[in-house]
Amino acid sequence: MFGSSRQTADNLWTLIAPPTIWAFHFVICYVVAAVRCAPNTGPFEAILATRWFILAFTLVCLLAIALIFRRSVVEWRGHGSGTVNDEDNPTARERFLEFSTILLAGLSFLAVVFTALPAAFITDCR
Amino acid sequence: MPQGRLRRNGPAAGSPPRHHAPRRSPVLRAFSLAGLLALLSACTGPQSTLTGAGSEAAQVETLFWVMLVGAVLIWVFTIGLSIYATRVHPERHSEKTGTRLILWGGVAFPVVVLTALLVYGLKLMPEFRAEANGPTIAVSGERFWFRVAYGVEGEPGVVKSLPPGGVESANEIWLPVGVRSAILLGSPDVVHSFWVPSIAGKMDMIPGRVNRLVIEPVKEGVYNGVCTEFCGDAHGQMGFRVVVVSPGDYEAYVAAQSQPAAVTSGPGFEAFMENGCDACHAVRGTEADGSVGPDLTHLGSRLTIAAGILDNTPENLVRFISATEHVKQGVEMPAYGMVPNEEIAAIAAWLEQLK
Repeated sequence: MFGSSRQTADNLWTLIAPPTIWAFHFVICYVVAAVRCAPNTGPFEAILATRWFILAFTLVCLLAIALIFRRSVVEWRGHGSGTVNDEDNPTARERFLEFSTILLAGLSFLAVVFTALPAAFITDCR
Repeated sequence: MPQGRLRRNGPAAGSPPRHHAPRRSPVLRAFSLAGLLALLSACTGPQSTLTGAGSEAAQVETLFWVMLVGAVLIWVFTIGLSIYATRVHPERHSEKTGTRLILWGGVAFPVVVLTALLVYGLKLMPEFRAEANGPTIAVSGERFWFRVAYGVEGEPGVVKSLPPGGVESANEIWLPVGVRSAILLGSPDVVHSFWVPSIAGKMDMIPGRVNRLVIEPVKEGVYNGVCTEFCGDAHGQMGFRVVVVSPGDYEAYVAAQSQPAAVTSGPGFEAFMENGCDACHAVRGTEADGSVGPDLTHLGSRLTIAAGILDNTPENLVRFISATEHVKQGVEMPAYGMVPNEEIAAIAAWLEQLK
């Protein structure tokens, strides 16, 4: 339909997938750490299991965002990789969605790393 | 279209003359200046984070200056850039330059700066909560004052209250200098927050939960503490003093505070009991054992009364007892204006003797 036959159509859902992963990652990390530290006892106890979980979950989310990023870059290049969107046709709209997805994926990747960073430095509940 | 151009570039005939940019009124200027001075005056004194009287406050101060200088540089750069783009070089720029500026100035630079700040902040946080090597002091946020107990034994936790025991006092916390003291924070009813800007904090005091704050003063002196979570009418008048002394003086102070009251008889004491003050206040060494209000066993030794809002003098004490609401709106203690003046004066004189 658009350019090369191997390309798939972008829509609102492909666009918001990276920030949605970021949001889920934030909520899950927050809840897991909050539940672990909620009893507020033993502030110096190591919370290794929680930190390992956050690391693993972060890697899964980063991988998903990276795949979305890669797909958008490939498709965007297939559509001429322009950043100026002043045309009124399906290809231009597609290109706009792809480029926006690339930017959002980049932002979400960084945000997921930032969300997980506390687990790298904070070793207990204090 | 000469008419259109005329309209765009200057006042058309018949239209009202264009005004100059409005001048700032002198009143507004005075207000701005007063505001600036008020802000600057907050940079020093017993309630300023920039006093550097605690290890945590010193770190916060460093962070503040780093961020302020950084923010000013970024601001100057951004304003400079907009002046360059609109005045110095208003012609069209190439798309390549624009993209490069966005990539370096809008993506790479903020990512590096924010990552550095985040890592720096995350490394600092656990240090603030490191293990204490000094006394454990329980501080309970009451409406609207601070209950203090020195030398308690307990741990933080949830579904629990502050540990009982310890040497009780109120609205004044003495701390040994150079030592990391653990402050256990709680509240019986509403949420308060504990903050000594010059030293450390802040941390919430939550009913049904015991929080732990580690505080390390590094300079001897008297500092202000405040409640920083809106808790009711008198929230703004809920303060305390922190007195930082040498470890030896601290020990001596707590030992003195653990003693019963120095004077346990006389007209002041009798008036105190007759008027029912003992229903709420305890004076150790007498039958007065109320626990609703502050422990008054050593009231005379405190710097302030009514939770840090009045100097501790007999006149202020008389004023407060006779018209509590006038001094501190929303206070829980009723006014005792109906008690004869001489009795109130006797009570105040007696309380001042309780050093």
